[in-house]
Amino acid sequence: MSNLAKALNSARVRGWLYQGLFLACALAVAWYLVSNTLTNLSTRGVATGFGFLEREAGFEIGESLVSYSASDTYLKALAVGLLNTLAVSAAGVVLATVLGVLIGVARLSSNWMVSRFATLYVETIRNVPLLLQLVVWYTIMNRLPSPREALEVVPHVFLSNRGMKFPVLAEHAGHGWVLLALVAGIAAAIAAVRYGRRRREATGRPFPTLPLAIAAVLLPPVAAFVATGAPLAFDVPELTGFNFEGGGSVTPEFTALLVGLSVYTAGFIAEIVRSGILAVPHGQTEAALALGLKPAQILRLVILPQALRVIVPPLTSQYLNLTKNSSLAVAIGYPDLVSVSNTSANQTGQVVEAVAMMMAVYLIISLCISGFMNWYNRKVALVTR
Amino acid sequence: MKTSLRSLAAAATLSVSAIALSALTMAGTAQAGATFDGVKQKGYVQCGVNLGLYGFSAPDDKGHWAGLDVDMCRAVAAAMFGDSEKVKYTPLSAQQRLPALQSGEIDLLARNTTRTLTRDTANGLNFGPTNYYDGQGFMVSAKLGLKSAKQLNGATVCVLPGTTTEQNVSDYFRANKMNFKPVVIEKNEELNKAFFAGRCDALTSDASQLAAIRAAEAQNPNDYVILPELISKEPLSPAVRQGDEEWTNLVTWAFYVMVQAEEKGLTSENVDNALTSPDPDVKRLLGVTAGNGKALNVDEKWAYNIVKQVGNYGESYERNVGAGSKLKMARGQNALYTDGGLMYAPPLK
Repeated sequence: MSNLAKALNSARVRGWLYQGLFLACALAVAWYLVSNTLTNLSTRGVATGFGFLEREAGFEIGESLVSYSASDTYLKALAVGLLNTLAVSAAGVVLATVLGVLIGVARLSSNWMVSRFATLYVETIRNVPLLLQLVVWYTIMNRLPSPREALEVVPHVFLSNRGMKFPVLAEHAGHGWVLLALVAGIAAAIAAVRYGRRRREATGRPFPTLPLAIAAVLLPPVAAFVATGAPLAFDVPELTGFNFEGGGSVTPEFTALLVGLSVYTAGFIAEIVRSGILAVPHGQTEAALALGLKPAQILRLVILPQALRVIVPPLTSQYLNLTKNSSLAVAIGYPDLVSVSNTSANQTGQVVEAVAMMMAVYLIISLCISGFMNWYNRKVALVTR
Repeated sequence: MKTSLRSLAAAATLSVSAIALSALTMAGTAQAGATFDGVKQKGYVQCGVNLGLYGFSAPDDKGHWAGLDVDMCRAVAAAMFGDSEKVKYTPLSAQQRLPALQSGEIDLLARNTTRTLTRDTANGLNFGPTNYYDGQGFMVSAKLGLKSAKQLNGATVCVLPGTTTEQNVSDYFRANKMNFKPVVIEKNEELNKAFFAGRCDALTSDASQLAAIRAAEAQNPNDYVILPELISKEPLSPAVRQGDEEWTNLVTWAFYVMVQAEEKGLTSENVDNALTSPDPDVKRLLGVTAGNGKALNVDEKWAYNIVKQVGNYGESYERNVGAGSKLKMARGQNALYTDGGLMYAPPLK
């Protein structure tokens, strides 16, 4: 008895006990919620389970990165939606970053006009709800002329309220080799950059990194292109019936969503970039100037590496926001994961499964993004010696 | 065990029919149901209608409800109370409508609701006769010069997600070996705006809704046409709760009165003169020859009141969705059977 009392009074045992109790409660609540839902669904005669994924979807999807038709399964339809979400998110992250960095640097510019415009941009864009902005962008896209009166911006590139149509290279066996050469070229360029940096750090002598890297990326694909017989035929869009046929296209829904997400997120990224740069003490710049570095070198070699430490963590959450905000696509008709899941849930009546899948997928995407950004953050973190 | 259960069921059926028979033989003292009595006691019909669908149920600028479905409510009130204004309206969304009826919040649901097997059974409802035969259709710009939905190969189609609209349109194009690109937008207004801005070649929805959208939102309604093909069956019908046959009967026959009146040429204008008609059918309908009112447990003037205050089906149609309205929809399937339509009233005797 006294042994038991002693054990109960030990901090270690108590710690385990309370944590065990908490875990048991959490599991019990989760189990209750799941079993209660399942029981209620079955008493109401509602089908449960993921069997519907194998059934024919029976509805079309407006745009798809892979071939899809109404006779494919729900699983394929959801995969198409997921790919669309990933496509718009990835493009949005790149575009928002570029735009955000530009605006952020512009806000610090000594040019009055430039810095005021950047301030105006940030304050306006950040303070108007994203949904409204998306609707505005979509309305602008729909105000473009009809396909029959499409604007021909440059020859064979058409802009209409059905989106942008442009020529693409007609498929040819040689293209695989060109792509392979491009990948090899990029690998060579990365190697050149690394070698250049190591040599500079070891000897202090500069190395012509940039021209070499450009040559490494460009030359192999061009060589492969010529070697495989230069197949330069284009698939050109042409007006037939209701719309253009052939060529590549970007839909108004995709454009509106991409532009809306990028412009909105760029406003936040600009502020993050500005705060990151301001966080580097001015003494660093002066010291670099005293060493005789050029302004571009100061930004690249002194300011940015230190600013990135401040920038990366909040930037990660902006990327996550952008990805999750892409689900607003349903409001302007872009067939993203949520849109396709909603239709699937509607047709099968299996709302719980559809929502659970959506949640799991967004969770996985977000965890991947934050995992990558954490890795990058550790890489740019200040190395203390 | 099985046989004993069956015999038990048979016995139960027998006793129920015995009660029903005795009720019939004691004509006039038929047991009134809970809804029928409840409505009679409170003095008005609580009618569930659309939040605002022009032509079916929408309040006008004075807040006065009007439409084909509203006329259904008014007809029932006229039959029960002799006054078509004894109705209170409950505007309901698509999600709210069935629970509102199931829970007893409303007595009658007249809200462009499609009659389906599930709703008629598992959802615990009973449907009256279809008061509008609808179907999913396509609306296109008149400039395209299309005559048939079969010419829509390669078109971009604006679709409202929700019920089975997306699947219907996919099925139709697949069955006819045609391709299309859907644009699916969740918000009604955004979808309609996109269509009128020319984002899509066609807009698909129930034909009656297409007409309502065209009347309310197109800059010039004549620039748009609704193609003749209907690709699904949507029989819009009034619904009541199960378990009160007396109430179901009244709703059912109140609608048939309107159809029968049109067939007999009775209108709200001439029904007073028709009271002296020698036609035995008209005499029975208008209560000059008694019997129908007693069977339904209402005043013998019930049908006269419907025709006088609400009008016959044709009048209601033309006023709300036909030539006399902004929708300008042809009678089509909703014409009397004598004109090639589906409107057919069983004998009122």
